[in-house]
Amino acid sequence: MSKTKFRPDVDAPVWKGGYSPYDIIKEGAIAVIVIALLTALLAVVFGSPDIPAITIKSWSNAAPLDFATTALSELNGTSLTASYGAPYNVQPASASQALGPLKLEYWVGVHIPINTANDFVVDPLRALPNQPVLDQNLTKWTNASTSTKANWVNHYTKAAATMKFANGKVTVNTTKAGPLPVMINDLTQMARSGALDQALITGDTFYSTDYTQSLLFISDGSYLGDVATKQHLQGDQWGVMNETGSYPGSAWLWLYTFWYQIPPFNASGNGDILVLAVMVLLTVALALMPFIPGLRSIPRRSRVYRLIWREHYRGLKPPS
Amino acid sequence: MSTSEIDRQWTTRLRRRTLGKLPPEKMLPDTQPSYVASWIYVFGVATLSALFVVIGTGCILAIFGPQWWHISSIGHFVNSLHLWSVEIFFFCMVIHLWGKYFMAAWRGGRAMTWITGMVLFLASIVTALTGYVSQTNFDSQWISTQAKDAINSSGGGAFFNLLNPGQMLMWHIVLLPLILVLLVAIHVLLVRAKGVVPPFEENAGADHV
Amino acid sequence: MGPYLWAALLPLNNPDHYFKWHFIEISAANAIVIVLMVLTFVAALLLPFPGRRRRKDQQ
Repeated sequence: MSKTKFRPDVDAPVWKGGYSPYDIIKEGAIAVIVIALLTALLAVVFGSPDIPAITIKSWSNAAPLDFATTALSELNGTSLTASYGAPYNVQPASASQALGPLKLEYWVGVHIPINTANDFVVDPLRALPNQPVLDQNLTKWTNASTSTKANWVNHYTKAAATMKFANGKVTVNTTKAGPLPVMINDLTQMARSGALDQALITGDTFYSTDYTQSLLFISDGSYLGDVATKQHLQGDQWGVMNETGSYPGSAWLWLYTFWYQIPPFNASGNGDILVLAVMVLLTVALALMPFIPGLRSIPRRSRVYRLIWREHYRGLKPPS
Repeated sequence: MSTSEIDRQWTTRLRRRTLGKLPPEKMLPDTQPSYVASWIYVFGVATLSALFVVIGTGCILAIFGPQWWHISSIGHFVNSLHLWSVEIFFFCMVIHLWGKYFMAAWRGGRAMTWITGMVLFLASIVTALTGYVSQTNFDSQWISTQAKDAINSSGGGAFFNLLNPGQMLMWHIVLLPLILVLLVAIHVLLVRAKGVVPPFEENAGADHV
Repeated sequence: MGPYLWAALLPLNNPDHYFKWHFIEISAANAIVIVLMVLTFVAALLLPFPGRRRRKDQQ
């Protein structure tokens, strides 16, 4: 009978040596107690962070011009959400990320439909009761042709640099923007009152747990990002790894966020899918390590194992 | 009833197969090979213990609901326990991974133990992500609005919506813990069935498994 | 933040210190965790494991 060749990085020798007593339940019990005590110690000493969520109310009161500018971008289709593409709205394939010929995002398509002009601006305003001036302006907007709407939006956008917030009102220096000044100002007041937070809860239901619209609207503005920058949470600050305050974050994500810091990933419009592809490849390679010659030999060649099993190897040495 | 009929039953076949691979002495051993003598070996059970604490503290948080920790100081303390047990969990898991790598612990037919371990690492990261976006605070808002771009880029965002805390919470407390516990059970039972990987032979020509 | 009767002894709510080297930027907290991990790994490899005499007797 021929012996198959022993592959030291794949096969393991048969253990013919001794065994020592081992109390697996006791070991498990001690481990749980030690870890639980260590957890309690860290929790008592350091606690955990809890920076309160930003509401549209808190955002629009702290930064009303940022809110009004964002509202304009939702209406004129230039916000990140309005121009995002799949899964929120239909845009050309170039708006979505691609991995070479693979346009996964675009192919999956729109499954969470959002029309920012209607969903973030017009519909919430329509819900306000007893607003005759606003209602007139909303009717004017709804009945206008696409070209008329575009004309109003263009004029308002051109004048946006003159936008002011004074005496609780948002004003802009233009008379050619049709109903837009009233719409943007009234939406800002609605936001500042807290009514817009509820109006944006997806589906207009009582018990919704879906905050997609509110979160997209907030993230289209600068305010959320400004708070994140102060907390070192931006992508180019290695933010994926970080936690608010001085708490440790997710250090195990170091390699995932590393790629975002270097070319070509940091400048590419397809950065996310490129990084995902690299990480999938590396993770699969690590998972299939037992089958990769060379890489699977590093443990044996590096001889770190001699430290782990030094007692065993010492025991194998013939007595001098 | 004939013996051969009993032998062919699913129950009989499953019991024999299971007990064949995992007899009681292997499930709950009272000895181990004498080469298992290094502090590096404690990090597997330490990771498992941390997971117990994570799940236990998570259960307490579940009793009172996702808003509890914002309004109760005891709730905040339990949240702190949950956060730090997760940090310890990943801390121990990574050291366990380093140790098992340098032992080439996949040797001798143990490739599935290694692979289930890697899948567990990945599943743990996804579980942590769903946990972060379930905090219902600023951190959740930031992480969800940023990470959505990565998930969307793969097409997954159409179905796995980070901006939907209800969906994310249910993944975090139902689906992912079930997957984790199942994978951990397979991982640990594989170690019990195959035994701890023996040391590298320092001389050639040894018998192998 | 909600009312605290049982606040942490050393809450870490102030902004962290960040180490920057070229494009690498790491928080002090994460750096400490990573250094601790490496030190723990090395210690686990080097520190003697108790029960050596017991194992020798079983051989």
